[in-house]
Amino acid sequence: MSRNQKELPMAGSDNAAECCPDPANSGDSYLALEANWLSGQLETAAGPVWRVDTTLNRKDQVDAIKMRLGIGRMSFAVPPGLYAAGNPDDASPVIVSANYKLSFDSLRREFSGLNLWILVLDTGGINVWCAAGKGTFGTAEVVRMVEASNLSEIVSHRALILPQLAAPGVAAHEVRNQAGFKVIYGPVRAADIPGFLNAGLKARPEMRRKSFTLAERLVLAPVELVGIIKPLIGVAVILLLLNLIASFLGDGRFSLTFVLGSTISALLPFVLAVVVGTVLVPALLPYIPGRPLAWKGWLLGVLLAFAYTTVIAPGITLLETAAYYLVLPAITAFLGMNFTGSTTYTSLSGVVKEMGVALPLIMISAGLGLIGLGAAYFV
Amino acid sequence: MKFKYLPNVTTLDLDQSKCNGCGMCLVVCPQEVFSFNEKVSSITDRDACLECGACARNCPQGAIRVRAGVGCAYAVLMDKFNLKGSCCNDSCGCSLEDIADR
Repeated sequence: MSRNQKELPMAGSDNAAECCPDPANSGDSYLALEANWLSGQLETAAGPVWRVDTTLNRKDQVDAIKMRLGIGRMSFAVPPGLYAAGNPDDASPVIVSANYKLSFDSLRREFSGLNLWILVLDTGGINVWCAAGKGTFGTAEVVRMVEASNLSEIVSHRALILPQLAAPGVAAHEVRNQAGFKVIYGPVRAADIPGFLNAGLKARPEMRRKSFTLAERLVLAPVELVGIIKPLIGVAVILLLLNLIASFLGDGRFSLTFVLGSTISALLPFVLAVVVGTVLVPALLPYIPGRPLAWKGWLLGVLLAFAYTTVIAPGITLLETAAYYLVLPAITAFLGMNFTGSTTYTSLSGVVKEMGVALPLIMISAGLGLIGLGAAYFV
Repeated sequence: MKFKYLPNVTTLDLDQSKCNGCGMCLVVCPQEVFSFNEKVSSITDRDACLECGACARNCPQGAIRVRAGVGCAYAVLMDKFNLKGSCCNDSCGCSLEDIADR
Protein backbone atom coordinates (compact mmCIF):
# COMPACT_ATOMS: atom_id res chain seq x y z
CA MET A 1 0.00 0.00 0.00
CA SER A 2 1.55 3.27 -0.97
CA ARG A 3 1.46 6.04 1.53
CA ASN A 4 -0.67 8.02 -0.88
CA GLN A 5 -3.39 5.47 -0.86
CA LYS A 6 -3.21 5.17 2.89
CA GLU A 7 -3.77 8.87 3.31
CA LEU A 8 -6.73 8.95 0.98
CA PRO A 9 -9.96 9.93 2.62
CA MET A 10 -12.71 7.67 1.39
CA ALA A 11 -14.26 10.52 -0.50
CA GLY A 12 -17.26 10.05 -2.64
CA SER A 13 -18.66 8.27 0.36
CA ASP A 14 -21.24 10.98 0.96
CA ASN A 15 -22.55 9.97 -2.41
CA ALA A 16 -22.13 6.33 -1.65
CA ALA A 17 -23.87 6.64 1.68
CA GLU A 18 -27.12 7.81 0.21
CA CYS A 19 -27.49 4.91 -2.14
CA CYS A 20 -24.82 2.30 -1.99
CA PRO A 21 -22.73 0.54 0.63
CA ASP A 22 -19.29 2.03 1.01
CA PRO A 23 -17.33 -0.19 -1.34
CA ALA A 24 -13.76 0.34 -0.36
CA ASN A 25 -13.75 0.90 3.36
CA SER A 26 -11.71 -2.23 3.87
CA GLY A 27 -8.74 -0.35 2.37
CA ASP A 28 -5.47 -1.88 3.49
CA SER A 29 -6.80 -5.23 4.55
CA TYR A 30 -8.53 -5.64 1.21
CA LEU A 31 -5.31 -5.03 -0.65
CA ALA A 32 -3.30 -7.30 1.60
CA LEU A 33 -5.74 -10.19 1.83
CA GLU A 34 -8.07 -10.10 -1.12
CA ALA A 35 -6.28 -8.40 -3.95
CA ASN A 36 -4.62 -11.33 -5.64
CA TRP A 37 -4.64 -9.27 -8.82
CA LEU A 38 -1.56 -7.40 -7.64
CA SER A 39 2.03 -8.43 -8.33
CA GLY A 40 4.51 -6.54 -6.22
CA GLN A 41 5.34 -2.89 -5.94
CA LEU A 42 7.17 -0.30 -7.97
CA GLU A 43 9.30 2.45 -6.40
CA THR A 44 8.46 5.95 -7.56
CA ALA A 45 9.41 9.49 -6.70
CA ALA A 46 6.28 9.62 -4.57
CA GLY A 47 6.64 6.28 -2.82
CA PRO A 48 5.79 2.70 -3.74
CA VAL A 49 2.97 1.95 -6.17
CA TRP A 50 1.26 -1.41 -6.55
CA ARG A 51 1.67 -3.23 -9.84
CA VAL A 52 -1.36 -5.02 -11.27
CA ASP A 53 -1.47 -8.38 -12.99
CA THR A 54 -2.44 -8.11 -16.63
CA THR A 55 -3.95 -11.56 -16.72
CA LEU A 56 -7.20 -12.44 -15.03
CA ASN A 57 -7.04 -15.31 -12.57
CA ARG A 58 -9.72 -17.77 -11.57
CA LYS A 59 -11.05 -15.59 -8.77
CA ASP A 60 -11.39 -12.62 -11.14
CA GLN A 61 -13.47 -14.78 -13.45
CA VAL A 62 -15.66 -16.09 -10.63
CA ASP A 63 -16.11 -12.49 -9.44
CA ALA A 64 -17.15 -11.48 -12.94
CA ILE A 65 -19.84 -14.16 -13.06
CA LYS A 66 -21.12 -13.10 -9.64
CA MET A 67 -21.25 -9.47 -10.72
CA ARG A 68 -23.18 -10.34 -13.87
CA LEU A 69 -25.67 -12.25 -11.76
CA GLY A 70 -25.95 -9.26 -9.45
CA ILE A 71 -24.66 -11.15 -6.42
CA GLY A 72 -22.98 -8.84 -3.89
CA ARG A 73 -21.81 -6.60 -6.63
CA MET A 74 -20.96 -3.76 -4.28
CA SER A 75 -18.28 -5.78 -2.54
CA PHE A 76 -16.27 -5.78 -5.78
CA ALA A 77 -14.72 -2.34 -5.69
CA VAL A 78 -11.08 -1.60 -6.40
CA PRO A 79 -9.41 0.64 -3.79
CA PRO A 80 -8.84 4.03 -5.46
CA GLY A 81 -5.27 5.12 -6.10
CA LEU A 82 -2.43 4.92 -8.58
CA TYR A 83 -1.41 1.53 -9.95
CA ALA A 84 1.26 0.43 -12.39
CA ALA A 85 1.02 -1.94 -15.33
CA GLY A 86 4.38 -3.31 -16.45
CA ASN A 87 7.29 -0.98 -15.71
CA PRO A 88 6.07 2.55 -16.35
CA ASP A 89 8.38 5.54 -16.07
CA ASP A 90 7.84 9.27 -15.93
CA ALA A 91 6.98 9.41 -19.63
CA SER A 92 4.42 6.59 -19.55
CA PRO A 93 0.78 7.38 -20.25
CA VAL A 94 -1.75 7.63 -17.42
CA ILE A 95 -5.06 5.83 -17.91
CA VAL A 96 -7.91 6.87 -15.63
CA SER A 97 -10.41 4.22 -14.54
CA ALA A 98 -13.53 3.78 -12.44
CA ASN A 99 -13.18 1.47 -9.44
CA TYR A 100 -15.86 -0.96 -10.61
CA LYS A 101 -14.01 -4.26 -10.63
CA LEU A 102 -15.43 -5.46 -13.96
CA SER A 103 -14.33 -2.23 -15.64
CA PHE A 104 -10.94 -2.36 -13.99
CA ASP A 105 -10.44 -6.01 -14.96
CA SER A 106 -11.45 -5.47 -18.58
CA LEU A 107 -8.94 -2.63 -18.61
CA ARG A 108 -5.85 -4.34 -17.12
CA ARG A 109 -6.49 -7.45 -19.20
CA GLU A 110 -5.60 -5.33 -22.24
CA PHE A 111 -2.35 -4.07 -20.75
CA SER A 112 -0.03 -7.06 -20.99
CA GLY A 113 3.26 -5.97 -22.49
CA LEU A 114 2.44 -2.30 -21.98
CA ASN A 115 4.02 0.07 -19.50
CA LEU A 116 1.59 2.59 -18.09
CA TRP A 117 -0.01 4.08 -15.03
CA ILE A 118 -3.61 3.44 -14.01
CA LEU A 119 -5.29 6.08 -11.86
CA VAL A 120 -8.31 4.48 -10.20
CA LEU A 121 -10.94 6.97 -9.04
CA ASP A 122 -13.45 6.41 -6.28
CA THR A 123 -16.66 6.03 -8.26
CA GLY A 124 -18.38 4.10 -5.50
CA GLY A 125 -17.76 0.76 -7.21
CA ILE A 126 -19.82 1.88 -10.19
CA ASN A 127 -18.85 1.72 -13.85
CA VAL A 128 -17.72 4.68 -15.90
CA TRP A 129 -20.93 5.42 -17.76
CA CYS A 130 -23.26 5.37 -14.75
CA ALA A 131 -20.74 7.11 -12.51
CA ALA A 132 -20.22 9.85 -15.08
CA GLY A 133 -23.98 10.30 -15.34
CA LYS A 134 -24.20 10.67 -11.58
CA GLY A 135 -21.15 12.90 -11.40
CA THR A 136 -19.09 10.59 -9.19
CA PHE A 137 -16.76 10.05 -12.15
CA GLY A 138 -16.51 13.80 -12.43
CA THR A 139 -14.18 16.76 -12.73
CA ALA A 140 -13.79 17.09 -8.95
CA GLU A 141 -12.89 13.42 -8.45
CA VAL A 142 -10.32 13.48 -11.26
CA VAL A 143 -8.71 16.60 -9.79
CA ARG A 144 -8.78 15.15 -6.27
CA MET A 145 -7.12 11.88 -7.30
CA VAL A 146 -4.47 13.60 -9.41
CA GLU A 147 -3.49 15.53 -6.31
CA ALA A 148 -3.90 12.65 -3.82
CA SER A 149 -1.68 10.37 -5.89
CA ASN A 150 1.05 13.01 -6.32
CA LEU A 151 0.87 12.26 -10.00
CA SER A 152 2.74 15.40 -10.98
CA GLU A 153 5.80 14.08 -9.09
CA ILE A 154 5.60 10.69 -10.75
CA VAL A 155 5.15 11.64 -14.40
CA SER A 156 6.87 14.43 -16.28
CA HIS A 157 4.11 14.91 -18.85
CA ARG A 158 0.73 16.51 -18.10
CA ALA A 159 -1.84 14.35 -19.84
CA LEU A 160 -4.54 11.97 -18.64
CA ILE A 161 -6.30 9.43 -20.81
CA LEU A 162 -9.93 9.11 -19.79
CA PRO A 163 -12.51 6.71 -21.13
CA GLN A 164 -14.72 8.58 -23.56
CA LEU A 165 -17.78 7.45 -21.64
CA ALA A 166 -16.61 9.56 -18.68
CA ALA A 167 -17.28 12.73 -20.69
CA PRO A 168 -20.82 13.28 -19.31
CA GLY A 169 -19.22 13.84 -15.89
CA VAL A 170 -15.84 15.35 -16.67
CA ALA A 171 -15.19 18.77 -18.20
CA ALA A 172 -11.82 18.42 -19.91
CA HIS A 173 -11.12 22.16 -19.91
CA GLU A 174 -11.86 22.41 -16.17
CA VAL A 175 -9.53 19.54 -15.30
CA ARG A 176 -6.83 21.41 -17.16
CA ASN A 177 -7.57 24.61 -15.26
CA GLN A 178 -7.77 22.99 -11.86
CA ALA A 179 -5.19 20.20 -11.98
CA GLY A 180 -2.93 21.30 -14.83
CA PHE A 181 -3.48 18.04 -16.70
CA LYS A 182 -4.83 17.84 -20.22
CA VAL A 183 -7.64 15.34 -20.65
CA ILE A 184 -7.49 13.12 -23.71
CA TYR A 185 -10.61 11.05 -24.28
CA GLY A 186 -9.65 7.52 -25.25
CA PRO A 187 -11.77 4.91 -26.95
CA VAL A 188 -15.11 3.65 -25.66
CA ARG A 189 -13.91 0.04 -25.43
CA ALA A 190 -10.96 -1.06 -23.29
CA ALA A 191 -9.89 -3.46 -26.02
CA ASP A 192 -9.15 -0.50 -28.29
CA ILE A 193 -6.68 1.12 -25.89
CA PRO A 194 -3.52 -0.58 -27.20
CA GLY A 195 -4.48 0.47 -30.74
CA PHE A 196 -5.24 3.97 -29.49
CA LEU A 197 -1.80 4.20 -27.81
CA ASN A 198 -0.03 2.82 -30.87
CA ALA A 199 -1.75 5.34 -33.12
CA GLY A 200 -0.34 8.21 -31.06
CA LEU A 201 -3.46 8.75 -28.92
CA LYS A 202 -5.75 8.92 -31.92
CA ALA A 203 -9.08 7.13 -31.85
CA ARG A 204 -10.55 5.91 -35.10
CA PRO A 205 -14.21 6.89 -35.53
CA GLU A 206 -15.45 3.39 -34.75
CA MET A 207 -13.58 3.52 -31.42
CA ARG A 208 -15.79 6.46 -30.44
CA ARG A 209 -19.11 4.82 -31.09
CA LYS A 210 -21.00 3.03 -28.39
CA SER A 211 -21.97 -0.32 -29.81
CA PHE A 212 -24.83 -2.49 -28.61
CA THR A 213 -24.23 -5.90 -30.11
CA LEU A 214 -26.23 -9.07 -29.53
CA ALA A 215 -23.66 -10.25 -26.98
CA GLU A 216 -23.72 -6.89 -25.20
CA ARG A 217 -27.51 -7.02 -25.03
CA LEU A 218 -27.71 -10.60 -23.83
CA VAL A 219 -25.04 -10.39 -21.15
CA LEU A 220 -27.48 -8.11 -19.30
CA ALA A 221 -30.23 -10.73 -19.20
CA PRO A 222 -29.04 -12.72 -16.14
CA VAL A 223 -29.09 -9.72 -13.81
CA GLU A 224 -32.55 -8.74 -15.07
CA LEU A 225 -33.76 -12.31 -14.59
CA VAL A 226 -32.35 -12.46 -11.06
CA GLY A 227 -34.09 -9.18 -10.32
CA ILE A 228 -37.43 -10.56 -11.45
CA ILE A 229 -37.32 -13.74 -9.35
CA LYS A 230 -38.82 -12.09 -6.26
CA PRO A 231 -42.00 -10.81 -7.94
CA LEU A 232 -42.27 -14.15 -9.74
CA ILE A 233 -42.22 -15.99 -6.41
CA GLY A 234 -44.98 -13.64 -5.31
CA VAL A 235 -47.05 -14.59 -8.35
CA ALA A 236 -46.39 -18.28 -7.63
CA VAL A 237 -47.64 -17.90 -4.04
CA ILE A 238 -50.82 -16.12 -5.19
CA LEU A 239 -51.45 -18.82 -7.80
CA LEU A 240 -50.89 -21.51 -5.20
CA LEU A 241 -53.46 -19.91 -2.87
CA LEU A 242 -55.94 -19.49 -5.72
CA ASN A 243 -55.56 -23.14 -6.65
CA LEU A 244 -55.93 -24.20 -3.04
CA ILE A 245 -59.16 -22.24 -2.74
CA ALA A 246 -60.38 -23.48 -6.09
CA SER A 247 -59.57 -27.04 -5.06
CA PHE A 248 -61.66 -26.75 -1.90
CA LEU A 249 -64.50 -24.95 -3.65
CA GLY A 250 -64.48 -27.46 -6.48
CA ASP A 251 -65.26 -30.87 -5.00
CA GLY A 252 -64.24 -30.08 -1.44
CA ARG A 253 -61.44 -32.61 -1.56
CA PHE A 254 -57.85 -31.56 -1.26
CA SER A 255 -55.34 -33.08 -3.64
CA LEU A 256 -51.73 -31.98 -3.34
CA THR A 257 -50.79 -33.21 -6.80
CA PHE A 258 -53.74 -31.39 -8.33
CA VAL A 259 -52.93 -28.12 -6.54
CA LEU A 260 -49.22 -28.25 -7.33
CA GLY A 261 -49.82 -29.35 -10.91
CA SER A 262 -52.33 -26.62 -11.64
CA THR A 263 -50.14 -24.01 -9.91
CA ILE A 264 -47.18 -24.92 -12.08
CA SER A 265 -49.22 -24.87 -15.26
CA ALA A 266 -50.75 -21.51 -14.26
CA LEU A 267 -47.28 -20.14 -13.52
CA LEU A 268 -45.88 -21.22 -16.90
CA PRO A 269 -47.25 -18.30 -18.98
CA PHE A 270 -45.81 -15.82 -16.46
CA VAL A 271 -42.40 -17.49 -16.61
CA LEU A 272 -42.59 -17.40 -20.41
CA ALA A 273 -43.52 -13.70 -20.31
CA VAL A 274 -40.48 -12.98 -18.13
CA VAL A 275 -38.20 -14.88 -20.51
CA VAL A 276 -39.69 -13.08 -23.51
CA GLY A 277 -39.35 -9.69 -21.81
CA THR A 278 -35.81 -10.09 -20.49
CA VAL A 279 -34.18 -12.34 -23.09
CA LEU A 280 -36.12 -12.26 -26.34
CA VAL A 281 -36.82 -8.51 -26.44
CA PRO A 282 -33.12 -7.61 -25.97
CA ALA A 283 -32.04 -10.32 -28.41
CA LEU A 284 -34.44 -9.25 -31.15
CA LEU A 285 -34.29 -5.53 -30.31
CA PRO A 286 -33.21 -4.25 -33.73
CA TYR A 287 -35.62 -6.52 -35.60
CA ILE A 288 -38.85 -5.73 -33.74
CA PRO A 289 -40.67 -2.94 -35.60
CA GLY A 290 -41.34 0.35 -33.81
CA ARG A 291 -39.13 2.43 -31.52
CA PRO A 292 -40.64 2.61 -28.03
CA LEU A 293 -39.30 -0.31 -26.04
CA ALA A 294 -42.60 -0.87 -24.26
CA TRP A 295 -44.17 -1.24 -27.71
CA LYS A 296 -41.53 -3.76 -28.77
CA GLY A 297 -42.16 -5.73 -25.58
CA TRP A 298 -45.92 -5.53 -26.11
CA LEU A 299 -45.70 -6.88 -29.66
CA LEU A 300 -43.75 -9.94 -28.54
CA GLY A 301 -46.18 -10.32 -25.65
CA VAL A 302 -49.12 -10.52 -28.05
CA LEU A 303 -47.26 -13.19 -30.00
CA LEU A 304 -46.64 -15.05 -26.75
CA ALA A 305 -50.30 -14.79 -25.77
CA PHE A 306 -51.24 -16.15 -29.18
CA ALA A 307 -48.76 -19.00 -28.89
CA TYR A 308 -49.82 -19.83 -25.36
CA THR A 309 -53.57 -19.80 -25.94
CA THR A 310 -53.44 -21.71 -29.22
CA VAL A 311 -50.49 -24.08 -28.94
CA ILE A 312 -49.52 -24.59 -25.29
CA ALA A 313 -52.94 -24.40 -23.64
CA PRO A 314 -55.56 -24.63 -26.39
CA GLY A 315 -58.24 -25.97 -24.06
CA ILE A 316 -58.66 -22.86 -21.91
CA THR A 317 -61.85 -20.81 -21.71
CA LEU A 318 -62.59 -17.64 -23.64
CA LEU A 319 -62.31 -15.62 -20.43
CA GLU A 320 -58.86 -17.01 -19.71
CA THR A 321 -57.78 -16.46 -23.30
CA ALA A 322 -58.85 -12.82 -23.13
CA ALA A 323 -57.16 -12.42 -19.75
CA TYR A 324 -53.86 -13.79 -21.05
CA TYR A 325 -54.01 -11.40 -24.01
CA LEU A 326 -54.25 -8.58 -21.46
CA VAL A 327 -51.75 -9.79 -18.86
CA LEU A 328 -48.88 -11.28 -20.85
CA PRO A 329 -48.30 -8.32 -23.23
CA ALA A 330 -48.54 -5.98 -20.21
CA ILE A 331 -45.72 -7.88 -18.51
CA THR A 332 -43.51 -8.00 -21.59
CA ALA A 333 -44.24 -4.33 -22.33
CA PHE A 334 -43.18 -3.40 -18.80
CA LEU A 335 -40.00 -5.48 -19.05
CA GLY A 336 -39.27 -3.99 -22.47
CA MET A 337 -39.71 -0.51 -21.02
CA ASN A 338 -37.45 -1.48 -18.15
CA PHE A 339 -34.76 -2.45 -20.65
CA THR A 340 -34.35 1.26 -21.49
CA GLY A 341 -32.06 1.37 -18.44
CA SER A 342 -29.76 -1.17 -20.02
CA THR A 343 -29.63 0.25 -23.51
CA THR A 344 -26.95 2.53 -24.82
CA TYR A 345 -29.18 4.79 -26.88
CA THR A 346 -32.30 5.82 -24.95
CA SER A 347 -32.67 9.41 -23.80
CA LEU A 348 -34.37 10.66 -20.65
CA SER A 349 -36.85 12.75 -22.66
CA GLY A 350 -37.73 9.73 -24.77
CA VAL A 351 -38.18 7.46 -21.76
CA VAL A 352 -40.40 10.01 -20.01
CA LYS A 353 -42.52 10.37 -23.15
CA GLU A 354 -42.76 6.62 -23.66
CA MET A 355 -43.66 5.97 -20.04
CA GLY A 356 -46.36 8.62 -20.05
CA VAL A 357 -48.22 6.65 -22.68
CA ALA A 358 -47.21 3.10 -21.84
CA LEU A 359 -47.43 2.95 -18.07
CA PRO A 360 -51.18 3.72 -17.70
CA LEU A 361 -51.99 1.27 -20.52
CA ILE A 362 -49.81 -1.41 -18.95
CA MET A 363 -51.48 -0.95 -15.57
CA ILE A 364 -55.01 -1.03 -16.99
CA SER A 365 -54.25 -4.02 -19.18
CA ALA A 366 -52.56 -5.96 -16.37
CA GLY A 367 -55.30 -5.05 -13.90
CA LEU A 368 -58.14 -6.17 -16.15
CA GLY A 369 -56.27 -9.31 -17.14
CA LEU A 370 -55.56 -10.30 -13.54
CA ILE A 371 -59.21 -9.75 -12.60
CA GLY A 372 -60.15 -11.98 -15.54
CA LEU A 373 -57.70 -14.69 -14.50
CA GLY A 374 -58.90 -14.55 -10.91
CA ALA A 375 -62.51 -14.71 -12.02
CA ALA A 376 -61.76 -17.69 -14.25
CA TYR A 377 -61.07 -19.73 -11.11
CA PHE A 378 -64.56 -19.22 -9.84
CA VAL A 379 -66.82 -19.31 -12.89
CA MET B 1 -25.64 -0.78 -36.36
CA LYS B 2 -26.82 2.50 -34.92
CA PHE B 3 -29.91 2.25 -32.76
CA LYS B 4 -32.41 5.07 -32.83
CA TYR B 5 -34.90 5.95 -30.17
CA LEU B 6 -37.93 8.24 -30.30
CA PRO B 7 -37.72 11.10 -32.81
CA ASN B 8 -38.13 14.79 -31.92
CA VAL B 9 -37.69 14.44 -28.18
CA THR B 10 -34.14 15.51 -27.40
CA THR B 11 -33.56 18.73 -25.49
CA LEU B 12 -30.21 19.23 -27.25
CA ASP B 13 -29.52 22.75 -28.42
CA LEU B 14 -26.41 24.23 -30.04
CA ASP B 15 -25.70 27.94 -30.37
CA GLN B 16 -23.44 28.02 -33.41
CA SER B 17 -22.57 31.68 -32.88
CA LYS B 18 -20.65 30.71 -29.72
CA CYS B 19 -18.82 27.75 -31.31
CA ASN B 20 -15.05 28.16 -31.65
CA GLY B 21 -14.62 24.99 -33.65
CA CYS B 22 -12.58 23.11 -31.03
CA GLY B 23 -14.32 19.87 -31.95
CA MET B 24 -14.70 18.54 -28.42
CA CYS B 25 -18.40 17.73 -28.99
CA LEU B 26 -17.51 15.56 -31.96
CA VAL B 27 -14.94 13.72 -29.82
CA VAL B 28 -17.11 13.00 -26.78
CA CYS B 29 -20.44 12.19 -28.44
CA PRO B 30 -20.95 8.40 -28.44
CA GLN B 31 -23.73 8.71 -31.04
CA GLU B 32 -22.11 10.90 -33.72
CA VAL B 33 -24.77 13.57 -33.40
CA PHE B 34 -22.42 16.39 -34.46
CA SER B 35 -20.34 17.05 -37.51
CA PHE B 36 -18.26 19.95 -38.75
CA ASN B 37 -19.67 22.35 -41.25
CA GLU B 38 -17.16 25.00 -42.29
CA LYS B 39 -15.18 24.71 -39.03
CA VAL B 40 -18.29 25.16 -36.92
CA SER B 41 -20.03 22.28 -35.21
CA SER B 42 -23.54 21.48 -36.28
CA ILE B 43 -26.14 18.96 -35.19
CA THR B 44 -26.58 16.56 -38.06
CA ASP B 45 -28.20 13.57 -36.38
CA ARG B 46 -30.39 15.07 -33.68
CA ASP B 47 -32.60 12.04 -33.10
CA ALA B 48 -29.60 9.89 -32.22
CA CYS B 49 -28.95 12.07 -29.14
CA LEU B 50 -29.30 10.17 -25.86
CA GLU B 51 -28.96 13.28 -23.69
CA CYS B 52 -25.88 12.02 -21.87
CA GLY B 53 -24.64 15.60 -21.54
CA ALA B 54 -21.03 14.89 -22.55
CA CYS B 55 -21.02 17.59 -25.26
CA ALA B 56 -22.46 20.32 -23.05
CA ARG B 57 -20.12 19.45 -20.17
CA ASN B 58 -17.07 19.55 -22.42
CA CYS B 59 -17.91 22.63 -24.47
CA PRO B 60 -15.51 25.33 -23.26
CA GLN B 61 -17.68 27.98 -24.92
CA GLY B 62 -20.91 26.95 -23.24
CA ALA B 63 -22.50 26.75 -26.66
CA ILE B 64 -24.41 23.52 -26.03
CA ARG B 65 -27.40 23.02 -23.79
CA VAL B 66 -29.12 19.74 -23.01
CA ARG B 67 -31.16 18.44 -20.11
CA ALA B 68 -28.83 15.58 -19.31
CA GLY B 69 -30.16 12.49 -17.62
CA VAL B 70 -30.29 8.75 -17.69
CA GLY B 71 -32.79 7.19 -20.07
CA CYS B 72 -33.79 4.51 -17.61
CA ALA B 73 -37.46 3.76 -16.96
CA TYR B 74 -36.69 2.21 -13.58
CA ALA B 75 -34.89 5.33 -12.41
CA VAL B 76 -37.70 7.56 -13.71
CA LEU B 77 -40.25 5.39 -11.94
CA MET B 78 -38.36 5.44 -8.64
CA ASP B 79 -37.92 9.17 -8.96
CA LYS B 80 -41.58 9.75 -9.75
CA PHE B 81 -42.75 7.98 -6.63
CA ASN B 82 -39.88 9.35 -4.59
CA LEU B 83 -38.57 5.93 -3.75
CA LYS B 84 -35.05 5.01 -2.86
CA GLY B 85 -33.16 3.06 -5.43
CA SER B 86 -33.10 5.64 -8.18
CA CYS B 87 -29.37 5.14 -8.29
CA CYS B 88 -27.42 2.11 -9.28
CA ASN B 89 -27.79 -0.71 -6.82
CA ASP B 90 -27.98 -4.45 -7.14
CA SER B 91 -31.42 -4.31 -8.69
CA CYS B 92 -30.38 -1.86 -11.37
CA GLY B 93 -29.09 -3.31 -14.60
CA CYS B 94 -27.80 0.10 -15.54
CA SER B 95 -24.44 -0.40 -13.92
CA LEU B 96 -23.93 -3.28 -16.30
CA GLU B 97 -24.81 -1.06 -19.19
CA ASP B 98 -21.43 -0.79 -20.74
CA ILE B 99 -20.56 -4.31 -19.97
CA ALA B 100 -17.95 -5.30 -22.53
CA ASP B 101 -16.45 -1.86 -22.14
CA ARG B 102 -15.11 -0.16 -19.10
